[in-house]
Amino acid sequence: MIRPNTFRTVLGISPAMATIGIFMLLPILIMALYSFLEPNPYGGVRWNFTVESYVRLLFERDLDGRLVFDTTYLGIIWRSVWIGAVAVVASLLVGFPVAYYIAIQPTSRRNILILLITIPFWTNLLIRTYCWILILRDTGLINNILISSGVLEHPLTLLYTNGAIILGLIYTFIPFMVLPIYASLEKLDHRLIEAARDLYATRWQAMKQVIIPLAIPGIVAGSLLVFIPSLGAYIAPDLLGGGKKLMLGSLVQLQFSSSRNWPFGSALAIFTMAIVMVALTWYALGPGRRSDGNLH
Amino acid sequence: MSNKNNDIRHIPGLGVISLLFFTYLYAPLVILVIFSFNETRSATIWGGFSTEWYAKVFVNDDIQRAAINSLLIAAIATVFATTIATMAALAMARGSAFRGKPAANSILMLPLMVPEIVTAVATLSFFSFLGLSLGLGNIIIAHTVFCIPFAYLPIRARLQGMDTTLEQAARDLYADRWATMRHITLPLLAPGILAGGMLAFVISIDDFIITLMVAEPGSTTLPLYIYGLVRIGITPEVNAVSSIMLGISILFVTLSYVIGQRR
Repeated sequence: MIRPNTFRTVLGISPAMATIGIFMLLPILIMALYSFLEPNPYGGVRWNFTVESYVRLLFERDLDGRLVFDTTYLGIIWRSVWIGAVAVVASLLVGFPVAYYIAIQPTSRRNILILLITIPFWTNLLIRTYCWILILRDTGLINNILISSGVLEHPLTLLYTNGAIILGLIYTFIPFMVLPIYASLEKLDHRLIEAARDLYATRWQAMKQVIIPLAIPGIVAGSLLVFIPSLGAYIAPDLLGGGKKLMLGSLVQLQFSSSRNWPFGSALAIFTMAIVMVALTWYALGPGRRSDGNLH
Repeated sequence: MSNKNNDIRHIPGLGVISLLFFTYLYAPLVILVIFSFNETRSATIWGGFSTEWYAKVFVNDDIQRAAINSLLIAAIATVFATTIATMAALAMARGSAFRGKPAANSILMLPLMVPEIVTAVATLSFFSFLGLSLGLGNIIIAHTVFCIPFAYLPIRARLQGMDTTLEQAARDLYADRWATMRHITLPLLAPGILAGGMLAFVISIDDFIITLMVAEPGSTTLPLYIYGLVRIGITPEVNAVSSIMLGISILFVTLSYVIGQRR
């Protein structure tokens, strides 16, 4: 047996640690610091300590400088959470049957179907979202077909709606739902289903009492993997929501670009990350521990 | 179990749902490609077949500059990320257990866990804090970071599936560590490295939001250029450039899959 050497091991891992540490962890710390500074109207920050950015999440200053409870930003956060939640539920309802279908196919066919699910994930998010503009807009495919076939006289407004944003989010993130559920169903011992059926369980009972409980780790992992990127999404709200229906991700982007309020944007980014960390910690301590604790 | 209706696991209607699902997944992409060959100026009303828009794309200087930037960034970031990821994977899979190993694993996966928009603005804050302005260099640094886990995962998977007996045999025959690595481990690992590198390349070339925040004026990449066009209006040129990018991604991912499968 080749005796591994701790020094060499640490040496091998250190470039990765240094790169991610310096160019990702450190930037997040700097951003956390920025969230406690004052904005510079020309972009960037002024070095005066303040908690104004966090106060702004909940309050607005009126003309006399008094704090008034303000729900503008809470409203946007709430919108992001419920749009994310709808995307998760819809992806689950569609993704579960598909994952199950793939899991019961013969191996060669399974691999091809899995490849077909992963390919869109690797293609450009911007382009995949753009495709939906072609389909949904007033002169788009759906309206063209409906009008030329005489069903409608005037185009339906499909683009720039919450529905369009949700559709775009499901479209881009549903592979993240199918893959973990597939992974947990693939390992499932089919003799358990046979046993249930032998004991006179109907198909539906076997599904509800045997298959779904065993797929819970996959379902939870998939839900997180859809929810996290939906929360921080920028492209879907921007292109399909018309940039007016803000979500957390687009609000953060706005603060760092045209609104030029980096500290407030940093505070929002920290807040977004906090939601994600809470979700991940909950997963690691609960459902994740029962599987192999691996999201990917 | 050969007849699928006798398969105890079968549930009626699943095939139909799955078919609809795959249609939902691919129809928009097919529609995009079809309309990129549309003859009329309108991006969504069919007027006849034409390759005119592709010809326009290939003589457009802005698109060419953006494409060169994208390729340059992706190539350099891929080389960095894949080298770093290979070293990390070898250390994690073949090295000794050490106290910080679970933490090291979490750090390697960090770029996948943090929402992209957070990474984007954090990196922007970092560069502005340091006053670092390297043009394409800034984008290359940012891309290298988020490409690491994508390169790491296939390499690590390949290492885990690899038989260690060949390496042990080499050592028994008095090959030193370096010779074993060069003549046995790396050649066996090559498909994994290639697969990981291709995924890193695709992820870099497709990245939008991080590049949007980090890029300085003049460092336009293809996705940024396409975004600019889309915001002005939907034109057949956008469809043509997008279709080309789509084709490149699909080609690379399929190749990466085929290479990764090879034993």
